[in-house]
Amino acid sequence: MKKNLKYNLTWLAIMVVGYVVINLLEFAGIIDQFGENTMVLIGINIILATGLNLIIGFSGQFSLGHAGFMAIGAYVCALITSSVATPMGMAIGMIAGAAVSALVALIVGIPTLRLDGDYLAIATMGVAEIIRIILNNLKITNGPAGLYNIPLLATWPVVYFMVCVTTLIIVNFIHSRDGRAVMSVRENEIAAESMGVNTTKWKVLAFVIGAATAAIGGALHANYIQTIAPTDFGIMESINILIIVVLGGIGSITGTFVAAVVLGLLDMILQNFGTLRMVLYSLALILLMVFKPSGLLGTWEFSVRNLFNRFTRSTKQKGDA
Amino acid sequence: MTLLDIKELTKSFGGLTAVSNVTMHLNDNELVALIGPNGAGKTTLFNLLTGVIVPSEGTIAMQTDNGLQVLNKMKPYKVAQTGLARTFQNIRLFKDLSVLDNVLIAMTAKNKEGFFSSIFRLPSFYHKEAALRQEAIELLKIFDMQDQIDNLAKNLPYGEQRRLEIVRALATKPKILFLDEPAAGMNPEETADLTRLIRKIQQEFHITVLLIEHDMSLVMNVAERIYVLEYGQLIAEGTPTQIQQNERVIKAYLGGES
Repeated sequence: MKKNLKYNLTWLAIMVVGYVVINLLEFAGIIDQFGENTMVLIGINIILATGLNLIIGFSGQFSLGHAGFMAIGAYVCALITSSVATPMGMAIGMIAGAAVSALVALIVGIPTLRLDGDYLAIATMGVAEIIRIILNNLKITNGPAGLYNIPLLATWPVVYFMVCVTTLIIVNFIHSRDGRAVMSVRENEIAAESMGVNTTKWKVLAFVIGAATAAIGGALHANYIQTIAPTDFGIMESINILIIVVLGGIGSITGTFVAAVVLGLLDMILQNFGTLRMVLYSLALILLMVFKPSGLLGTWEFSVRNLFNRFTRSTKQKGDA
Repeated sequence: MTLLDIKELTKSFGGLTAVSNVTMHLNDNELVALIGPNGAGKTTLFNLLTGVIVPSEGTIAMQTDNGLQVLNKMKPYKVAQTGLARTFQNIRLFKDLSVLDNVLIAMTAKNKEGFFSSIFRLPSFYHKEAALRQEAIELLKIFDMQDQIDNLAKNLPYGEQRRLEIVRALATKPKILFLDEPAAGMNPEETADLTRLIRKIQQEFHITVLLIEHDMSLVMNVAERIYVLEYGQLIAEGTPTQIQQNERVIKAYLGGES
């Protein structure tokens, strides 16, 4: 029991140290406005991609509809914060957005998750498109023009905090009995079912949690960029999130982090290349996929426990020698 | 005592009747074999019993703690939860997960946990998790697999993969265990091991085993009773000696004029 406490405290320390380091860098002027912009967008991408990785990498369901759930979160939160422009409003907006998104995912998930592979991908893509078209035609969402003058409430500490919260929820979910049940669906649905695992339930649950995190990412996006329009949440946005997941390694949350950071930095560096930027970006993706098809980290996960174990083992060996 | 009662079970796929009018029963703590030539409908019968396919006619009823339960239209996971576990003819392990995880997954259905206790890592989560892990390791020990717990299932040798499938099925704490051709692809030595293993399962777990098998040495060695299926119909039932002398069975296997 003590050991578990030690690991959990280490994680907490890592999170706090990360916060302090970023604060210091900001203070010292090493991270300027542009750097902060990149950092926040990376953070939002991490939130979006870990949710999608839960769906694709762990429950094994191929979803192309992530941008749709992101849009729900963005619009719900933007509408709420536009009338209640306080951090409290932001919190309520995120929770409400996640709840609406989860509800939609539940309604959509039960019939569509019967499909698999390519069929599911197309069905979820259709769902995202329906969400986009509804947003395009509603009065409250201001149609194709979208919402603007959304208060800037998603400052970097808020985004940092939400990255920690969503990652903790997803990682703890994966490393539990529930998470094992979800993974058994990915591994072999027939076998899982005959071991008494209610595969439909776990598939839908993973899908719902993924959709809720997408909504939180969307909410932060809306309150950082400050303007949103339905065109922001098209199929390309879903693909962008998918790229992060695939590049980092399907089934590795650590990989998702690394890929989001690498792609964010790559995007920042390539700003200087003007029109060539997208060509170079795509080229980088192609090269990575050719030389490392399983993604940057495959299914490898960073684990404090393993780090400690390796450390104690190496000190023991030294002691023996 | 009759544990599983199957009455006039029929399954037709369009014009083809794969299983026709099969009536059989399994008693408590008994080892029964189901044999028959290729395409006789053995696996279809297995799939009917485990809920993978729904029967066209007939009933499957199981004696549970809550009295007699009809399994006919239950989903496979429900059937599994009432106490039927199976292995597969073509191995279906959770390949990319560790041996331990394979066993732990089979235990999930009977060990629910609160969503929040796992998200917030409450002490109860760690207690439960440690207890489950211990239970899984104990089970693996019985089958001499405790050294393999961290290996991925796909990296095990063939024979051990088959063994892990059996361990995984037992981890669901079944009343009846269905083994679908457990000796397929094994050499005589491995088959002899398997024979000992099946006996051991019966002695240690006191459960009913239904075995589909082509390897007659295995069947005649371990089975107490044998059912013979041909073209979806039950053609004989009896002890190994009775079956060996049954003319219809000999004809079904060796061919002959009818």
